[in-house]
Amino acid sequence: MADVNRGKRPLSPHLTIYRPQLTSMTSIFTRITGNAMLLAALMIVWWLLAAATGPGYYDLARTVITSWFGSLIMILSLWALWYHFCAGLRHLYWDTGRGFEIKQAERLGIMVIAGSFILTVLTLILI
Amino acid sequence: MAFMTDRKRANGMGSAKEGTHHFWSMTVSSIALAILMPLFIFNFGPMLDESYADVQAHFARPYPAILTGLTLIVAFTHFKMGAQTMIEDYVKGGARKITIIAVSLLSYAAMATGLFALASIAL
Repeated sequence: MADVNRGKRPLSPHLTIYRPQLTSMTSIFTRITGNAMLLAALMIVWWLLAAATGPGYYDLARTVITSWFGSLIMILSLWALWYHFCAGLRHLYWDTGRGFEIKQAERLGIMVIAGSFILTVLTLILI
Repeated sequence: MAFMTDRKRANGMGSAKEGTHHFWSMTVSSIALAILMPLFIFNFGPMLDESYADVQAHFARPYPAILTGLTLIVAFTHFKMGAQTMIEDYVKGGARKITIIAVSLLSYAAMATGLFALASIAL
């Protein structure tokens, strides 16, 4: 067939070639945070199931989720959620065709990073 | 064949095998989550270190129950689609299909488990 070289074609330059930039790093972190939240999501589902099962099992889930390790996952995931939230809003803004100039894109990146930390701290204070 | 049009012949033949449906579903679910998630965090967060009785009473009320149910459905749907995009970027061939199927099954299972737990608490 025409495609003899399948699988051996050269790749266009990507992550390992380019110098890290604010725009590319804030982009890959959108993916990392989005997928990493699975762990916290499964823990919350397990916690709900424990709460539906009975007081004994609930106490176990409560102990695990409020242990230092559980809290670490929850707090990191809270930051991941706010990061993904801000990055998602940035995507919705980009979808309108705006914000693609390099200066604007970098300012949006800084807003996403700053927003994620501010919202995380605010949440931890308010909850 | 009488009804075959050029448009129909081209449909599904692109590398993505579909049109913009995935993109649009992500857009819709992301807007839903942009509303749901802040509400969910402030509604659910304080419950994590509450007593068994308080948790039962909390999720038996309509607003927390509906909010948590909606969040479970939309978040796991959004996750399933987003994780699929990631898998399509990094995994090749048969392993790609298997991983996408596994992630989809996990998402549906987690969603169903959460909804079952919520229903047994609320009802």
